Amino acid sequence: MTNYENKVVYDVRDLNLWYGNDQALKNINLKINKNEVTAIIGPSGCGKSTFIKTLNRMIENIPSVRTTGQILYHGLNIFDKSIKVEELRTRVGMVFQKPNPFPKSIYENVLYGPKIHGIKDKNVLQEVLETSLKSAALWDEVKDRLHDNAYGLSGGQQQRLCIARCLAVQPDVILMDEPTSALDPIATAKIEELIDSLKSDYSISIVTHSMQQAGRISDKTAFFLMGDLIEFDQTEVIFSNPRDKRTEDYITGRFG
Amino acid sequence: MRASLDNDLRAIHVDIIKMGTLIEKTIEETIRALVEQDVALAKKIREGDDRFDEMEVEIEKKCFSLIARQQPVATDLRIVTSIMKIVTDLERIADHCQDISKLTLDLAGKAYVKPLVDIPKMAKEVRTMVRMTIDAYIDLDVEKSKQVCSNDDIVDQYYHTIVGDLEIIMKEKPDDIKQCVDFLLIAKYLERMADHTTNIAEWVIYSVEGKRYNN
Repeated sequence: MTNYENKVVYDVRDLNLWYGNDQALKNINLKINKNEVTAIIGPSGCGKSTFIKTLNRMIENIPSVRTTGQILYHGLNIFDKSIKVEELRTRVGMVFQKPNPFPKSIYENVLYGPKIHGIKDKNVLQEVLETSLKSAALWDEVKDRLHDNAYGLSGGQQQRLCIARCLAVQPDVILMDEPTSALDPIATAKIEELIDSLKSDYSISIVTHSMQQAGRISDKTAFFLMGDLIEFDQTEVIFSNPRDKRTEDYITGRFG
Repeated sequence: MRASLDNDLRAIHVDIIKMGTLIEKTIEETIRALVEQDVALAKKIREGDDRFDEMEVEIEKKCFSLIARQQPVATDLRIVTSIMKIVTDLERIADHCQDISKLTLDLAGKAYVKPLVDIPKMAKEVRTMVRMTIDAYIDLDVEKSKQVCSNDDIVDQYYHTIVGDLEIIMKEKPDDIKQCVDFLLIAKYLERMADHTTNIAEWVIYSVEGKRYNN
């Protein structure tokens, strides 16, 4: 997991996934590149959340999940026995729909991960704290109250804190599952700007129900429908001239 | 949401058809006024040009509002952006009818240096192109649009013939140079009208296929 030279971060090959007898992902093939934002769109139940939760094997927390196929992460199959799930999830962070800070201080939230990874040096921790909060565009708003409880922050600030917490363990991929659906337009705009600035250092995959958001922030867009990957292309192409009629119907609101 | 987008698009669509049909009629009148030296008709065309400017502004306004409120994508987006281009070209065609009518008024009461043969033929070709383009727009007909693009060559051919004829007349009858220059301008305006029509046809192709068509 150390070879970061290659442009391709994830190479998903013939991925199938079942919940019990229900197939949720059907023969998915797609590549996720370094320094790109990949938007995953599709109607509810199409498999988009399942898909990104598979990328860091979080999906395995659900009983009765079964997969076939391969997901190569920097060339290594994440389903391989030699892969440590904890290490994978350190490299591949995740931000959820609802901000979920720990009931602890801002400080403790950001440094929770680094401390678990055994970092004790106060200076190093301070630096990680500052860099992570700055990268998450939250530093200026919280620098004077780092020891306040995170629950005292606004929803948008909590979500940026969760992003800072994710950045603190130095991942190279950030998965986001509808990260702005619970936020107002101003907080949403801040997160979107943040995503754009994080792109230079990370690969980001984001599930979104907002077509406009996908259009604004992503480089590539994948359209899922009932477990199938219908179309995967440059976002510009998807939103100006999609090849598949089902993509067109969905993004123009003709669907269903 | 979807229904209101469809309704808005349909309303703009009808406006474009109205504008296009009215322009086709105006081209016919423009040439009739020129050939028959009909001063009253030429004046009417000049005064009627404001109507096209208003139509252009109105259609643009509807497009802006639709983009702002509905955020169209894919085919919807291509149609709206194409309409915004098309309406500009339609307005330019109307402007040229006005330009020609102004020259008709200048030429009024003067005997023409020669009977008008090629200019009415050229104008008829342009009018046919406009009609075909509107039909192609209504039916989203790519083949017909391509036909319009290739018909532009016929108009260009007329233009070169007319320029050649006028050159000869100007050499032979230097006293009539002023009138020849007017006819030269008229031919040029017609040639430009065909170019704008071709642009419209190309935008129809774009809105259907999502790719620019290069003739």
